[in-house]
Amino acid sequence: MNISKQLKLTKDFSEEKLIALYKEMWLIRYFDEKVDEFFAKGMIHGTTHLCVGQEASASGPCAVLEATDKITSTHRGHGHCIAKGADVKKMMAELFGRSTGYCKGKGGSMHIADVDKGNLGANGIVGGGLPLAVGSALTAHMKKKDYVTLCFFGDGATNEGSFHEALNLASIWKLPVVFICENNQYGMSGSVKEMMNIEHIATRAEAYGIPGVIADGNDLIEMINVTNTAVKHARNGDGPMLIEAKTYRWKGHSKSDAKKYRTRDEEKEWRKKDPIKQYKEALFNVGLLSEEQAEAIRQEAKTEIEAAVKFAEDSPMPTLDDLLTDVYA
Amino acid sequence: MREITYLEAVREAMSQEMRQNEDVFILGEDIGVYGGAFGVTRGMIEEFGPERVRNTPISEAAIAGAAVGSALTGMRPILELQFSDFITIAMDQIVNQAAKIRYMYGGKGKIPMVVRTPSGSGTGAAAQHSQSLEAWLAHIPGLKVIQPSTAYDAKGLLKSAMDDNNPVIFYEHKLLYRTIADVPEELYCIPLGQADVKREGTDVTVVATAVMVHRALEAAEELAKEGISVEVVDPRTLVPLDTETIINSVKKTGRVVVVHEAVKRGGYGGEIASMIAESEAFDYLDAPIKRLGGALSPVPYNPELEKAHAPQVNDIILATKQAMNKA
Repeated sequence: MNISKQLKLTKDFSEEKLIALYKEMWLIRYFDEKVDEFFAKGMIHGTTHLCVGQEASASGPCAVLEATDKITSTHRGHGHCIAKGADVKKMMAELFGRSTGYCKGKGGSMHIADVDKGNLGANGIVGGGLPLAVGSALTAHMKKKDYVTLCFFGDGATNEGSFHEALNLASIWKLPVVFICENNQYGMSGSVKEMMNIEHIATRAEAYGIPGVIADGNDLIEMINVTNTAVKHARNGDGPMLIEAKTYRWKGHSKSDAKKYRTRDEEKEWRKKDPIKQYKEALFNVGLLSEEQAEAIRQEAKTEIEAAVKFAEDSPMPTLDDLLTDVYA
Repeated sequence: MREITYLEAVREAMSQEMRQNEDVFILGEDIGVYGGAFGVTRGMIEEFGPERVRNTPISEAAIAGAAVGSALTGMRPILELQFSDFITIAMDQIVNQAAKIRYMYGGKGKIPMVVRTPSGSGTGAAAQHSQSLEAWLAHIPGLKVIQPSTAYDAKGLLKSAMDDNNPVIFYEHKLLYRTIADVPEELYCIPLGQADVKREGTDVTVVATAVMVHRALEAAEELAKEGISVEVVDPRTLVPLDTETIINSVKKTGRVVVVHEAVKRGGYGGEIASMIAESEAFDYLDAPIKRLGGALSPVPYNPELEKAHAPQVNDIILATKQAMNKA
């Protein structure tokens, strides 16, 4: 039996890819841990939203994608960008406001995009990316292209009107888009228990006549499998699906969050469901990874992030002439 | 040349472009067999089919966003927003997404889309279907804003809007849909940012937009009988604005009245007046700049009240005489 089958994956991955995913999750974690540290020290300005604890709901879905597939992301989007293949050097440079950043220092944390490589952008507006993803899927449909668009958003976005409008539109036009709700339990301080009268966001799919699936967002393998089903469904011309990935953000909403709206006990419980640890154990169980190898990979990821920081620090600032460029095409 | 209506000119520009560019498509509410609320897309679904003339649900946020997302990925959508007041519901996608994506992404990606939308009062549609909100959009860097006043301008400006690689808001005035002008059969471009002197004169410049161009021309005709020579300048596009033509006209006449239908407070006329005051034309002014705009109320239903809300020919005549110190 091959490794993918042993891991109960419904899509075949090479051993290299499976190990690369382990490293990718560490890259995401270290990237955001580093950003957290720099914000605390006042070394970068503005604000940021960290996805520590949500690595599997970024890496799992993107692992299923082909290079030509596209994503739309959110304000909490560093993980999505890395999982879609972004260069952490250019991401870090962007957060440092440097001209070598993905957006030449003009976008910052909430607007990292790489349109040519299918990352249609993070988004500072909750729910703002949903209609955009529908539009991207409309292009695929009209130009008869084979790509699928993965649309990430949070639990808070599902209370926006754009969620309703976008899912309905994608459904009636049977567009190749997959809606992935990362339900991390809180929209800023508002808990899902307080802000909606349903237990599972996935049940909202029924209102649009599309399948809705609940998944353990901290389980990389489960995230790969549910997304694989949804991507096949979309690519096959059967229209959109809604995936609800239950997860948790370990850090606060943004840099200034005392986390008064939740308990430390709750945080501890979720930390036990560490997505990276879970995946590591799965790889141990099938003999694909040893403790030493795992440690070496973790170190590699850490070193890569350090190199990204170095790159960012050594990069030039934009010039004042850049203020007025790129407003119009 | 043959004469067609403003409405036909808009339809013809779209249809001709769609025949030659398969990336161009139109989406909007009731634009299919119904032909659009004002009939602009009548016959188009029969020619181009439901894939390229996409009848949508009443979901302004999603259809605006679908236009932006499809533009970002290689299509050239035309979004028909049934009434320009409904832009309020599509505002996030137009203001926060379409206008900013290219800049936020450091110059990557482009949004070649046109939002066509009927604006203005005079049809008895009352407060939520009669507004002129163009100043809101003109305020946003990243958008272009067009207000054609004639069938000829509508066709040429729409072609330029469709060719443009940026989000363009194309305001069609409801009262102008049935107006007629000589319009070439072939497609042609009127460059964005090129004002048109609709009538030459020497005493007073009237800068007017959309339906006000026609009222200004009527006023000019009346004033000519009294020996006052009025120059009517139609900016045609608010963003980009052809400041040079306006400045040169004011330098020639030394007097200026700016008139639009949008509510005067915060209206684009304030921008035009300020631009003149800040320019070299200031030294040529022989009288204070005058502004005419909509009343500081929502657009009322009653026909007499509705008329009183927007500047009429007599208001322009009076303002022009005041500028001449002859009122």
